[in-house]
Amino acid sequence: MLVGVFWLAVWQLAALAVGQRLLLPAPAEVGGRFAELVVEPSFWSTVARSLVRIAAGFVVGTLLGTLLAVAAGCWRTVRTLVSPVVGAVRAAPVVSFIVLVLVWVDTGRLAVVVSALMVLPVTYAAVLEGIGQRDRAMLEVAAVFRVPRIRRLRAVDVPAVLPFFAAACRVGVGLAWKSGVAAEVIGLPAGTVGARLYDAKLLLVTADVVVWTAVVVALSLAAERLVGAALRRLPSSHPDHPEVAP
Amino acid sequence: MIAVRDLHVELGGRTVLDDLDLDLPDDGVVAVMGPNGSGKTTLGRALLGLVPPTAGTVEGADERCAAVFQEDRLCEHLDAVANVRLVLRRDVPACRVAAELRALGLPADALHRPVRELSGGQRRRVAIARALLAEATLVVLDEPFTGIDADGRATVLAWVAAACRGRSVLLITHDVADAVRLGARIVDLTPVLEGAAL
Repeated sequence: MLVGVFWLAVWQLAALAVGQRLLLPAPAEVGGRFAELVVEPSFWSTVARSLVRIAAGFVVGTLLGTLLAVAAGCWRTVRTLVSPVVGAVRAAPVVSFIVLVLVWVDTGRLAVVVSALMVLPVTYAAVLEGIGQRDRAMLEVAAVFRVPRIRRLRAVDVPAVLPFFAAACRVGVGLAWKSGVAAEVIGLPAGTVGARLYDAKLLLVTADVVVWTAVVVALSLAAERLVGAALRRLPSSHPDHPEVAP
Repeated sequence: MIAVRDLHVELGGRTVLDDLDLDLPDDGVVAVMGPNGSGKTTLGRALLGLVPPTAGTVEGADERCAAVFQEDRLCEHLDAVANVRLVLRRDVPACRVAAELRALGLPADALHRPVRELSGGQRRRVAIARALLAEATLVVLDEPFTGIDADGRATVLAWVAAACRGRSVLLITHDVADAVRLGARIVDLTPVLEGAAL
């Protein structure tokens, strides 16, 4: 709370020092603009449209990344074929993908595809790492006792991989929002947060740029919390959570 | 009968077992003893198919196996009953498993707690129950009584002795008294020193 007040004060002082609304609007102006925007019906439909598309991208990227990692964990050939491609996707700048994907799909699906492409490599790498880190001793137990595959999955494999999957999800949610909104800013699909951000910048309404950025940050943090809460309910054989690099 | 013939195992370029011959009867306990590094655990792992022989054969060990490993090797997030049921047929009821664990000296309040919360001796009892309640004709017990205190040892030994009946059991131990209580035939794996003079 005190930290928030401190930074609001810093912001206010900086705005006074700069003295130009265009360069740095004061907190009160941004707050006032937020109050105006939030009562417009279009605000909520805009947020909902971006939220649904980016969430869809996150889910698709997570599912595909997990499935590919499981396949790569089971078959060396799949791993040899897939790993370099996923590594390249991970290393490529997000704008390159946005421009490329714009050639393939319409702007309405752009955020879904771009978010998915950003999340996929993170999930793939984390789940594959989790598969590699399974407890060899427990796999031996399963082999000696001839534990059925489904039971082994539930008791040994999934609990070992889950902490890695969970860490990837936490990182992936933030990535999905960042890349999804970036895709909207470039692709300008109608009635999305990214398009509103672009319009605000074009019309030099800096207060709106700040408001929409704050909305994206708030939604991203809320999504991270939601995913985190859901993942805490899952069973795990590792009490600590591994780190996953974005 | 399980017949080990001329078993030779090398691990990391080092000979661990050298031309070992051993018979395990269909109903009986064979206890292997010897100092650390004499290949007791490797022999158990070879019987379980976890270590391929460099030379020699293990015949008759392709049936259903079970084991108490040197470490407990339990699913930490599962409770004691679930750990045992993991390796059993679906139709074995939880209440029967609970009753056997109680007979092994596990307190009632330990049955349904994640095994990561149990003491060393309690975890060992779960590992023993898992191995000996499984439908196995060959059971390898690698130092199964480690961590079980003197008070509970007699109870556990009696339970294990009863559960071993009708199976081939390889007991790996440093304690000759445990081997005797299980009525085991004792095999000494102490290596003969080359060039030793009397």
